[in-house]
Parts: sequence; structure tokens; C-alpha cells
Amino acid sequence: MRPAADAIEGTPERSSARSIDWTAPFSIVMALLLASLVLLPMFWLALTSLRDDSGRFTLEHYRQLVVDPAFLKPLANTLWTSCAVGALCVIAAAPMSWLVSRTDLPGKRLLRVLILASFVTPPFLGAFAWVLLGGPNAGLLNQWYYGLFGLKPFEAAPLLNIFSASGMVFVIFLYTFPYVFTFVANSLDLIPSELEEASAILGASPFRTALHITLPLGLPALLAGFLVAFLQSMTLFGPPAILAMPAGIDVITTKIWSLFQFPPRLGLAAAASLPLLPITVALLRAQTLILGRRGYAVISGKSGGRQLIRLGAWKVPALALFALVLGCSIALPYGVLLRTSFVKNWSRPLADNLTLEHWRFVFLEFSQTKLALQNTFVLGIAAATAGTILVTAVGYLSLRKIVWGHRSLAFLANAPVAIPGIVLAVGLFLSYTRPPLVLYGTLWIIFFAYLTKELPVGYQQISASLKAVHPELEDASRIFGATRLRALFDITAPLIRNGVIATWIFIFIGSIRELSATILLFTARTKTISVTMFDLRESNDWGPIAVLSTTMLLITFGMVAVIYRFTDRRPT
Amino acid sequence: MRLIPLNALCTFWWVAAIALPVAAQETTPELVAAAVKEGRVVWYSAVDVKVAEAVAKTFRASYPKIQIDVERAGSERVFQRINQEYQSGIKNVDVVNSSDASHFLFWKQQKWLAPHTPPDVKRFGARYKDPEGYFATWRATLNVIAYNTNLVSPKDAPTGYLDLLDPKWKGKLVKSHPGYSGTSLTGTYALTKALGWEYFEKLSKQAVQQLQSTTAPPKSIASGERVVMVDGNEYNMFMEIDAKSPVKIVYAKEGTPFVTSPGAIFAAAPHPNAARVLQNFLFTVKVQQLLVNEGGLRSVHPDVNYPPGRTPLAEIKLLPDDPEGMLPLIADIKKRYTAIFGN
Repeated sequence: MRPAADAIEGTPERSSARSIDWTAPFSIVMALLLASLVLLPMFWLALTSLRDDSGRFTLEHYRQLVVDPAFLKPLANTLWTSCAVGALCVIAAAPMSWLVSRTDLPGKRLLRVLILASFVTPPFLGAFAWVLLGGPNAGLLNQWYYGLFGLKPFEAAPLLNIFSASGMVFVIFLYTFPYVFTFVANSLDLIPSELEEASAILGASPFRTALHITLPLGLPALLAGFLVAFLQSMTLFGPPAILAMPAGIDVITTKIWSLFQFPPRLGLAAAASLPLLPITVALLRAQTLILGRRGYAVISGKSGGRQLIRLGAWKVPALALFALVLGCSIALPYGVLLRTSFVKNWSRPLADNLTLEHWRFVFLEFSQTKLALQNTFVLGIAAATAGTILVTAVGYLSLRKIVWGHRSLAFLANAPVAIPGIVLAVGLFLSYTRPPLVLYGTLWIIFFAYLTKELPVGYQQISASLKAVHPELEDASRIFGATRLRALFDITAPLIRNGVIATWIFIFIGSIRELSATILLFTARTKTISVTMFDLRESNDWGPIAVLSTTMLLITFGMVAVIYRFTDRRPT
Repeated sequence: MRLIPLNALCTFWWVAAIALPVAAQETTPELVAAAVKEGRVVWYSAVDVKVAEAVAKTFRASYPKIQIDVERAGSERVFQRINQEYQSGIKNVDVVNSSDASHFLFWKQQKWLAPHTPPDVKRFGARYKDPEGYFATWRATLNVIAYNTNLVSPKDAPTGYLDLLDPKWKGKLVKSHPGYSGTSLTGTYALTKALGWEYFEKLSKQAVQQLQSTTAPPKSIASGERVVMVDGNEYNMFMEIDAKSPVKIVYAKEGTPFVTSPGAIFAAAPHPNAARVLQNFLFTVKVQQLLVNEGGLRSVHPDVNYPPGRTPLAEIKLLPDDPEGMLPLIADIKKRYTAIFGN
């Protein structure tokens, strides 16, 4: 591809005569790729759910789902725990985002960074950490509690029992509230404060203003946040497997997983997966409706300087709220993982207990470490690179309404939001364990899972950047004879460079932490760090788990630091 | 219950020597050369990950030119993984070890195993090897009850399974799951024969914490997370005792399930020569003694010595395993158990 300057210097006739416009074939290839990524697994899922072992049509799997309490109960558990997670997230995130957006709370930048840290912490890592903190008898917090009040484990009730449905809800909340916070804080930043100032001038107290003016304006964002939290919670596999299963509580994702035990009941697994799709679609639809009706929320983005509310002595409880939530999501879990990685017996005091044995074991002896790290990186880099290219192209084609059917392109790119990881995995397993493409057992099938799963995140990220670039620059290059594709690569792509880098890193971080789809798709040669940890958990090997967790967090934060560097250096 | 006496063992050695197929079973220099050419061997094992890696380390020391990949998971998951891979046409595993002896019957029926008798196995008792040479007991363990000595005094400790139904243990018990662990499955089958399913129904009223692998409950009581384990590997208990954890084993008065854990080679092994080198190595006295010393396991190798402090098998009332009897009932056991305890 020639540089842009060349195209501008050349006369229009010459350029258009020489270069072939690859836009149409390129669009078709992208559309086909996207369609096969998303639709093929769904097709096999639907088909398998309707066939018996000999391939005849049957509704038996669905009948079993509806009549067997072994399925109804997990479904009910999924629904109520997800509701609880959504509610907790809203309760915590609403005041937090208001404090950050509207008041003179100190250390806002740091608080936002810490919330971002909870956001990128894999929920299953949080669940591991909370086993060590909140195990009812040996958990460090409970030990401390027993010690403080002179109680004895097993005789007194523990401070908290993490092996329970509420324990699971709590841990999922810790790593899901950042979604709601981001939603609400961003929308509060955009809502001009004139109305609130008017209310203050008319004599309302800050609290009253917040309740009567800010809250209604931010309500759509809160509701949307609730739905996102619900969805997130519904599709998770790690925390329920780590925290709820030991208490004999199943949710739908762990149930689907258990159907893969030999002999796998694929028809039933497919039938159990499908009900999650309409639930998700309905939730997303509700979210669009809520956010779409924001006519009364005068979002202009052109508001003047904002008068921050002085908190005064209220700073103390405000900061205490942040300390409590972030302490539970960051400080305690990271601390306990680090501690566990350096001690012989995690439940005993540090004295006489220190060791480097776990680090030595993981990096020098454990034969899966190298392969798992390698696979994780290969998959992360491949999915991020392919995903970024795909969403950039699709985002461009659909946002600029270049090709016929651009709406369906956007729809396909966003559709995987509605597909929980484990459902996608069942679909991919069914699609790629049969000819013509037998990909099970290779990294490809996991690559497709990651690519598909991360499409929506990447698409949202890139379309936000694309919308910020006015098409006039592209139009200029088009007038000088560049093709659409060329305008994309020579004009638009460089302009949205930061957005592209951020997209890449988002997909990378999303990929290296993936567990819910990988757990069904990996084989011995294609293990990742996340499933290696999950295998270690089966035998309660907390030391090595803590070492791998710490390693994974270091990698993740390294990548986040790179994002910050890139987005800070270049003014946008 | 006792192990096969020495004279019977000699007879079997005799029978084995004439009955077994005469293929190249020994680790000859030619075999090693062919194995080095393959360069790699893949071992799926259900043994504790630290023990597995210790074995791998000694293998590396003996055969530095053959890379050994260890894939460790609970027996039932090893079984699921291999079957899922074979159904999808993936031939990845060379040598396997699982604590669910019935898996080997299944794989043998499927004709997936290669007959191979390591030299040391010729001297094993007949109970501990397949008559046609498809598999042999690589290790054995007992599925024991145990408790945390800081939390229970010896006079209050349970003496058997029925004691665990006492309301005082409610919320204090931990156990593994037959859906994931072969040792647990074998133990569950033995206990249903000895005590019936009613026992498990009553036990489920005790708010038992349900873990998966039988390697997990010993770690749970060692950390003090639970007080008594209903079932768990004796070898993990020995490892905990060696590490000075405050735990003690109980050999139940109703009998303790004895779980043999065979090893085999797959016929379609991608590294057939390296597989044979590894399999022979795994059954040598050196490795068997390592399993006993460092892994706390039981070995059926006649030359192995037990360190002091381990109760000899002869003094323990055993519930022997019965893979043939269990095989047709596996799905049923898992289903009933899951209905009682959840997944």
C-alpha cells in the first residue's frame, strides 16, 4: 500500500484507473467471516438440542430441562443471584460515581485507577483469593475475627462464609460494579450541571439536589448498569464453580459444564445453553430502550465549568465507602494471594512459615507452566490482532454505511454479547469436532472462541473512536481518487491510532483471563493459565495457584500501563 | 483382608512368565534410542501434582533427552479428557494413570490400550495386573477418614463411618466427589456395598462441604477449614503428617476402601517407544519407593519398604476394590450421589 501523500499528489483519473477497488470483495469476506464466527456455532447448538443420539428429531432434551428439578434449580439460582449482583452493584456504584463526578472528593484519579484495577481483575482470581480470606473456619478474615473475640471456629458462626450463594454474589459484585460505575460516572460527566446549579440556587441542599435532580437524570444509566451486571453475573463460570459448588449449589453454567463429564450429554448441554440466549437478548433490548429514551437527559457534552459540591466532613464516610469496596476487591485479595505464594501453609501465621517453594515449583518444576504461558500469550496476541483488524474494518464499513447490509454487520459484531462464554463453547465444540473442520484439540478452536467473544468489546471501543473522526478527511482522500479501503488504512486508521491500540489491549486482557469457554475447549496440549489454575484448585494447591495468579495480575497491569502510556502521550 | 502371600506371588510370577505375550518389553538400548528419537512422552496422571512432578523430575534425570509432559487432573476428568479427545480423533496421550480401575476395563474393551508388561510387573501379584498385560497397578492408596488434631481430641475422634452421622459433626465434614475422583468413586461403591445408599442420604444431612478430588480434603482439614474428612487419600495424609500438619488418620472400623490405581499405554500413543521407556521406569523399585517415601502411597511392588510410622496394610481392615463389579454401575453411582449431594 502506498502512503497517503502519494494518493493526494496523483491526479484522480490516474489513481482510479490504476487501482482496483477492493472494497466490495473485502466487505464480503468480512461479512462471511463474521457470519461464520457467530452463526455456525449457534446453528449446531440449535440442531444438536433437537436431535437424539441417532440423529432423529426430538424434543426430549427440552422436556427434561423443564421437568427435571436438576435443571430448574440451577436456572432459578442463576436468575436470583444475578439479580442480587445487579442490585448490589447499583447500590454501591451510584453513590461512588456521584462522588467522583460531582464532589470535591480527594484522590479521584487514584480512585478511578483502582476501580479500573478491579475491572481488569479476573473474577475467578478474586474467587480464589476470597476462599483464602473468607473460608468459614480457616479463612484469614474469619481467623482474625475469631481471634479478636476469643471465639472458636466451628463453635461460633463465622464472620462470613464464602462457600455459599451469598458469598458468590459478593465476589461477583466486587468485580462487576466497575461496569456500573463506568456507565453511571460517564453519563454523569456528560449531563450538564445547570439543572443542579439551579436547584442549589433555589435553596435545595446538596443531598436533595442529588436525590431529585441528579438521580433521575442518571437513572437510565443506572438501569442499564444493572442489566450489564446481571448479564455479566449470569455468564460467569469461575466464581460459582469455586464458591458455590463446594456448598452443593449449582448455577446454569456449572450445570452445563457437568454435562460434559463422560459420557458427554451434548444434546442436553445444548438445550440447557439455549435458554440463556433469549434472556440475554431481552436484557440487551431493555437496555437499549432505556438508554434510547434519554431525550430528557440533556446530554450535550458542552457544559461549562462545573461547581463541585464541597463534602467537608462528609469526606470521611465517602472515602470509607471507597476504602471498603476497593479494599474487598483489590487490597485484601491481592494481599492474600501474594502472601499465599510465599508461605508453606496458607492458614498459619507468617512466622516459620515463609518459603519460596511455590515459586520454584511453578517456574522450575511444574511442567505445565511454560506451555500454559505460551498458549495464553499466543492466543491473546492472535485474538487481539485478528479481532482488532476485524472490528476496525467492520466498524468502518458499518458506521460509514458503505455497503448494503451494514446494519447486519454491526448486529453480527455485537451479537456475541448475547452469547455467554460457555454457550459459545458448546456451540464451537459441536461445530469443530466434525468434518470438514476438526479444530478441537488445536489452539484454533480457542482462538475462535476468544475472537467471537471479544468482538462486541472491540466493536464498541473502535466505533467510539471512529465516530469521533469526521468523515470529511476521508471524503477529501476519496475525491483524490483513493478507494474506500485505502482511505480507511491511510487516513482513518492513523487518526484513530490510540483507539486501535486500546482495542487491541482490551481484547488481549479479555482473552488471557478467559475461563468459561476455555474450560470446555482445551485439551492437554492447548491449556491456558486460567484452566491450569482451575485444575490446581481441584486439589486445593493454593500455593501454586497464588503464584500463577500473581503472575497473571502482573501481566495484566503491565498491559494496562501500556494503554495509559499510549493514550496519555498523544493529545486527542 | 491381606495382600497375596509370598508363595502365591511366586506362583503367579511363574504363570505370568509363561502366559504373557513375548514382545520386546524391556528397556533395551535400542528402545531408548528410538524413544530419544521421538523426543517426548505425554503422561496423563491422577496422582497428586507434586508427586507427579517429582516422578517426572527423576525421569528427566534418567532420560534427559526425552521430554516428559505431565497432565494432572482428577481420575474422572482424566477419563473424560481422554475419551473426548479420542472421540474427536485426537491422539495425544502416551501413558495413563487413573485411580478408577474400571477406566482401564473400558479402554481395554474399546481396544485402545497396548499390551505391555514392564519387567518389574512380572513379579506383582495377579490381583494387581491384567491377565492379558494391558494394565497393572502402578500405585495404591486407602480412602481414609481423618481429622484435625487441634480441633478434635483423640477421645472425641470418630472411629468409623457411622460415627460421622453424629449431629456434633454437622458443618464440620468435608469430602470428595465421585463425579470427579476415581478414588472417591471406588470408595463410594465400596461403602454402598458395606453400608447402603441410606448411609449417604443420612450423611448429606450433615452439611458436608463437597470438594472434588480426593487430594483436596486432606489439605482442607490441615488448614483447619474443616475438622473431619469423610474421604480422602491416605497418601496426602502422610504428606501432611510429614509436613507436621496437625492431622491424624482413622482406619474405620467398618473397613477402609482400598483403591488400586493402574497404569497403561495407549495403542495409538504418538510416542510408542518413549511410552514403553516411561512405563517401565514408572514400575521400577526406584520410582515405587519414591511414591512410598515422598508420596505416602502404597506400592504393590514386592521390593518396596515402608518407612516407620505407617500402619502396615495387614493391620488394616480393608474393603477391596472391584472394578468389574463397579463398571456397569458407574453412571448410576454418579447420578445417585449427585442427586443426594449436588454436583
